[in-house]
Amino acid sequence: MNAAVATSAPPRSRRFRYATWLPLGLVTIFVAAAFLAPYVALYDPNQQNLLARLKAPGFVSRGVTYWLGSDELGRDLLSRLIHGARISLFVAFASVILSGTVGVLLGMLAGYMRGVVEIIVMRVVDIFLSIPAILLAIITVAVLGPGLVNVIVVLALTRWPRYARVAYGQTLGVANMPYVRLATFMGAGPGRILFRHILPNIIGAVTVVATLEFGLMVLFEAGLSFLGLGVQPPTASWGAMLSTGRNYLATAWWIATFPGLCLFLLVLAINLLGDDLRDRFDPRLQ
Amino acid sequence: MQAFLLKRLGQAIVTIFGVATLIFFLQRLTGDPTYLLVPETATPADIEAMRRSLGFDRPIIVQYLAFLTDLAQLDLGRSVIQNVPVTTIIASRLPYTVMLAAGALIVACGIGIPVGILLALWRNSPVAKLLASLVLAAQSMPTFWSGILMILIFAVTLGWLPPSSTGGFENLIMPSIALGLLSMATFARITRTALLDELSKDYVRTARSRGAGLGWILVRHLARNASIPIITVAALEISNLLAGAVIVETVFAWPGLGQVTVQSILARDFLVVQGVVLLGALVTIGLNVLADILYSIVDPRIRLGGVR
Repeated sequence: MNAAVATSAPPRSRRFRYATWLPLGLVTIFVAAAFLAPYVALYDPNQQNLLARLKAPGFVSRGVTYWLGSDELGRDLLSRLIHGARISLFVAFASVILSGTVGVLLGMLAGYMRGVVEIIVMRVVDIFLSIPAILLAIITVAVLGPGLVNVIVVLALTRWPRYARVAYGQTLGVANMPYVRLATFMGAGPGRILFRHILPNIIGAVTVVATLEFGLMVLFEAGLSFLGLGVQPPTASWGAMLSTGRNYLATAWWIATFPGLCLFLLVLAINLLGDDLRDRFDPRLQ
Repeated sequence: MQAFLLKRLGQAIVTIFGVATLIFFLQRLTGDPTYLLVPETATPADIEAMRRSLGFDRPIIVQYLAFLTDLAQLDLGRSVIQNVPVTTIIASRLPYTVMLAAGALIVACGIGIPVGILLALWRNSPVAKLLASLVLAAQSMPTFWSGILMILIFAVTLGWLPPSSTGGFENLIMPSIALGLLSMATFARITRTALLDELSKDYVRTARSRGAGLGWILVRHLARNASIPIITVAALEISNLLAGAVIVETVFAWPGLGQVTVQSILARDFLVVQGVVLLGALVTIGLNVLADILYSIVDPRIRLGGVR
């Protein structure tokens, strides 16, 4: 570990409280909103009220209070935001799990088996990583078409190389450790070595990457939906809501502002958590 | 040096070939790529005619070889909608995206590097902590939100800047800032880490013990050594900026490559999308090679290590 980095970081015990609990609390709020959406949201997110279109926050119509205002079809913005948290977190979670599993498996195999497997897997990783991620996601959506499931598939397909590279590097470091060689001597098969001896030792680094990727996936889903290539209307997605709000900036600032604020807070909290995790697990990780 | 260059270029060519192959098979993910190129209203006869005219009825290996041959001749096909070569469309839009990316890079370096230096030099002060939080906040801000907020504040409310589209220099300000803020954080972080790395080294202590001021050390010694990681990141960030332009261009109705890509997807003009993606990969690979070369010029140890 590098001396300069060590001295620059304040003592862990002092950092612990804010750096961990504040973002964790924020993420918990979003997760709770996502899980409990049907109970927490006051109104149906797709319930239109054409008499209450583009109303400012606090507007009351027919006994319905629009706490954060209403959109161009008179739908309650707050309820749509809460349901949007569902889409955002579900897509991010599913794509991280999918790409993480594929990437880690291939990365471990490449690092453990070496030889041809290593060359093939890592070359493919290089090829995937040399296409800018947004462009790769966009061209895949162009082929598969938009939609919830396709967005998850696209994000997983785009992001697995990131995990493969980390898992590969970490496995290389672990695979030659004396205890792994000892286990091989004692007759452990490749499956046992990989999952009992290597995986537990690289999972920390993978978790750090997965956390930061989670934030990125939230942004990617919102970005694709913003471009009209993600989750399709009328399903509430923060990105799509922002895109609609762009057309009403002069008359209804709240439509674009609040979904963006949610995105920003969620991603900020996840990034803070990721930084905190990285400080604990491995300071050398990028 | 030559051996290093050749090896690096060889790797780049293999990667480009790999990217082309990946795109070719990606097109066929759902089976017949003809459907990517015809309007939704096309009759079966139209589709069949299109399939023949594009050669999609040939064996896949023949199609693959034809695809690679066309690419090698820089032939990206014709836009189905506009009926002009894809290369013409790209050439007409590219200057706008380059302008935007350059503006964003200036914003990112212009703010990021000084902030990184401050973060390293004053690392335990409250100012540095505040700056660090601002950097993280900027990194977590989606470009489509920061862009919209800027339009809302500076164009709609204050009326200082035009909300979108092209024109003069003032049209470029908000898009550049929206796109640049994201990379700004990367530059600040890498500058901070690189400087801290160097500050702890013996030669800095020696220089200080001889009575050299921190400013002099920064200019004379640290700038060169700390620039290595910054150069690499700059090269990688340029490709990130080009990719990020897709969204920023849509927010500000900026007529660059990103806008035409999104329009082409919605209009089912697949070859244009494919052309932009291939160009993006080519630029990324090229910048990576460039970063390695610059790297080896600044630090000869890398070049020597690379040959072995």
